[in-house]
Amino acid sequence: MEKPWNNKAWFLVLPVIVLVAFSAIIPLMTVVNYSVQDTFGNNVFFWAGTEWFEETLQSERFWAALGRNLVFSFIILAIEVPLGIAVALAMPRKGIGVPVCLVLMALPLLIPWNVVGTIWQVFGRIDIGLLGRVLADFGIYYNYTQNPLHAWITVIVMDVWHWTSLVVLLCYAGLVSIPDAYYQAARIDGASRWAVFRYIQLPKLKHVLLIAVLLRFMDSFMIYTEPFVVTGGGPGNTTTFLSIDLVKMAIGQFDLGPAAAMSIIYFLIILALSYVFYTVMTQTGRDRETGR
Amino acid sequence: MSRIVLDGIAHSYRSNPQGAADWALKEVNHVWEDGQAYALLGPSGCGKTTLLNLISGLLTPSRGRILFGDSDVTDMPPEARNIAQVFQFPVIYDTMSVFDNLAFPLRNRRVPEAEVRTRVEEMLRIIDLQDKAKRKAANLSADEKQKISLGRGLVRSDVNAILFDEPLTVIDPHMKWVLRSQLKHLHKRFGFTMIYVTHDQTEALTFADKVVVMYEGEVVQFGTPEELFEKPRHTFVGYFIGSPGMNVLPASVDGREAILGGNRISLSGSYERAVTAEIGVRPEFVRVARAGEGLPVQIRRVEDLGRFRVVRASLEGHEVNAVVGEDQELPAEASLVFDPARVNVYVDSHLVEPRA
Amino acid sequence: MLELRDVTKVVGRETHIRGVSMALERGSLNVLLGPTRSGKTSLMRLMAGLDRPASGDILMDGKSVVGVPVQKRNVAMVYQQFINYPTLTVYENIASPLRVAGRDKATIEAEVRKAAALLRLEPYLERTPLELSGGQQQRTALARALVKGADLVLLDEPLANLDYKLREELRAELPKIFAESGTIFVYATTEPSEALLLGGNTATLSEGRVTQYGPTPEVFRNPVDLVTARTFSDPPLNMLKVTKRGDRFHGPQDTAIAAPASAMALADGTYVLGFRPHHLYLDPPGPQAVALKARVAVTEITGSESFVHLDHGGERWVALAHGVRSIEVDEDLTVYLDPQRLFVFGSDWLLAAAPALRSAA
Repeated sequence: MEKPWNNKAWFLVLPVIVLVAFSAIIPLMTVVNYSVQDTFGNNVFFWAGTEWFEETLQSERFWAALGRNLVFSFIILAIEVPLGIAVALAMPRKGIGVPVCLVLMALPLLIPWNVVGTIWQVFGRIDIGLLGRVLADFGIYYNYTQNPLHAWITVIVMDVWHWTSLVVLLCYAGLVSIPDAYYQAARIDGASRWAVFRYIQLPKLKHVLLIAVLLRFMDSFMIYTEPFVVTGGGPGNTTTFLSIDLVKMAIGQFDLGPAAAMSIIYFLIILALSYVFYTVMTQTGRDRETGR
Repeated sequence: MSRIVLDGIAHSYRSNPQGAADWALKEVNHVWEDGQAYALLGPSGCGKTTLLNLISGLLTPSRGRILFGDSDVTDMPPEARNIAQVFQFPVIYDTMSVFDNLAFPLRNRRVPEAEVRTRVEEMLRIIDLQDKAKRKAANLSADEKQKISLGRGLVRSDVNAILFDEPLTVIDPHMKWVLRSQLKHLHKRFGFTMIYVTHDQTEALTFADKVVVMYEGEVVQFGTPEELFEKPRHTFVGYFIGSPGMNVLPASVDGREAILGGNRISLSGSYERAVTAEIGVRPEFVRVARAGEGLPVQIRRVEDLGRFRVVRASLEGHEVNAVVGEDQELPAEASLVFDPARVNVYVDSHLVEPRA
Repeated sequence: MLELRDVTKVVGRETHIRGVSMALERGSLNVLLGPTRSGKTSLMRLMAGLDRPASGDILMDGKSVVGVPVQKRNVAMVYQQFINYPTLTVYENIASPLRVAGRDKATIEAEVRKAAALLRLEPYLERTPLELSGGQQQRTALARALVKGADLVLLDEPLANLDYKLREELRAELPKIFAESGTIFVYATTEPSEALLLGGNTATLSEGRVTQYGPTPEVFRNPVDLVTARTFSDPPLNMLKVTKRGDRFHGPQDTAIAAPASAMALADGTYVLGFRPHHLYLDPPGPQAVALKARVAVTEITGSESFVHLDHGGERWVALAHGVRSIEVDEDLTVYLDPQRLFVFGSDWLLAAAPALRSAA
């Protein structure tokens, strides 16, 4: 149905437009501006054209960081989505357990990124950390500052610990919205537990899973704080993701031009990949609905 | 298929029921014959869904036994009872095709694939969805989805009964009669035992051989559509069946007469004396006559419904309705005449019979 | 007075309302009767000022109100869904339009009590809507619309979501409630029986057109064309295509029906006979009755009446009989027509002859 026409609506939207302009559009334009110029400080700029873009796209350092990002996001999705679904399925549907579980699940989400990083940094230390000491007692010398594998495991475990709850909560909301009649019908049809999951729960979770995958992808692709706090991008460059590299370049080395070009490329990659995810997942949905 | 015996079943959602109000379903003793159609009719909260869930096995009765044929199924879960159910909202497996939806209960029971194919194809023909067999079920209309739900029940040859829980709620009004007629045909052809829950009198009376009218957790009448209309066993049945419902008037009864204020109303039989009784007469059996012929009334309003008119009158302060044909003249000064053979007597809301 | 002059509404490529003209008097009750998607809601939105017509004019007491936004017009609306403020009590719900209007406390108290008494809500004033039955929730919404003192009250199928017994009760009360207020009521419904019960005036809608507008019994008994007669008939009007030759109508399956006096003068040619379900009889109504063969599709029993759905040479008919008539499906049945009860429509679908026998009312 059409909405009533009223031009006053534009005035109501205006503050948001102004806000978005200041917080997003103007900074983005500034970055674009930097990316096509060169500066040696003193506010003197020279036109550089696509030079920084070419340099970035040809640098091995960029491709290595991008590769690490992709691997990281893939591992995160591969762990958090199935784990999130499994935990959501195991959660109680009624009774006193429901609020208890929901609060427990929400706890990690309330902790700021840098605190999570610090917690795990201390937790994993071999000298004073509980985890590090216990592992050492078992003969496993766990050291995330020197062993690249240990560094990766730390960052991944940390992210899984921090963010699986989000997937759980989304899936749980999806699961409780399935009417009882579906479960009753499945029981009467003699469906197995697996068939109930495969043919009732999973299809009904499709939409929340789309949101969960998108959110977790974008977030994990932009990972910064935790590895920065725990490993600082090391050992070597093994946990240097694009975002960490970007900050090193912009603030550490003060290469504003290449850093700006890199951030635009980074932004475009996230945008493009999110779009691909979105279309693929909604497209398969549409096929199902039209059934042709 | 087998007959269903409800042997003294009652249900309470409380663990330790005390008074009558704690029972969602008061004691029921019925035998439901194989191949017949039964409707559970009543307003929301009357216990009809509780009774349905007891039969399907989603609930276990607090008291009593349920038998399918000779076997006691009281403690069996739904999947062991061999029943099928069609729900209020169409339950279909979205990601499956129409064919796979119908095959699902068979494949779950490890029926050989060749037999699945023949049975499903026959079912597709019966529910008239052959040309949509390969379509995803998610995109069909509500009435087609309900037909799939029904088909999933019928495709199994071993079902004891098919349970319907207000299955036409989400169907467009103009499609309802089509589905009713198809369901009626299927019932006639297959002779499955059908248990149909509804709050809609038309659906109940149209489908059922026997209607179970429920009110506040109690079965107030178990009878044919004719019996419900002509001899309601409870004043609620009189009110609920028929539009407008039965006129119910407080009166005292003695012998062959009911006394209402200063008026005497003749009855068809002789009744025990009862000071606080009620008489019930359907508006269809009330005749509008010239003043002096019958009970003196004031006509409050006449509603013209096209095919008939409803005369709303007042008798000693009580509303009495009469149904009048479209061609009949209404006298300026009117009185009402009740057909004595159609006047029922109620004590404590329950029908009482005249002395033999 | 609310006046619509040749109002048209177009959305995209679809015309939702075409050339509607009608004048609604103050203190009148006007029923918009038509099937779903016939344009009832579109027409109401135009009347309320929620939408702007593509062409034509809408006048309130002689002044055009096109372009005046709905907030500036004194309009109240009641919907099919029960729309109340869920956290406010029934009292506060009814009082809300008066509080917005800034009335003083005593006036609010008096108005709310009056509306609550009229709609029999007095025992529930301190409850919240969610603690009420559907019927009581809709009564609350109606009361809120009434106290607003609106010039125009629009009701869009207000009883559609109620159980049939509640619908029956509220339906019987509505005419009285409307009669006590002096505003223009517009009531949309899909059900002919509701229009008949409410009385007042009825406009029959079909595909965005008002096919007839007049006093309700008049529209019911003298439809100007086949579309109006079909709209104003539930169960649907039975139809039979015939050819008139001399004093007889000839139909399929060698049916011959003697033309009633009212249709005698019609020229030979093709016609459509229309007859309402209660005029298709299962027992012969008299010596003049015409017997026809039909096959039973299903019998729907409402309790006091039975609707027998029939198939007559591919035409779907419904016969209405009193009481409970259990007739088996697929049974072949003889049904009867009374020539005195026939509507005769020309090939242009306009009414050519009304039934010779008129109802008493």
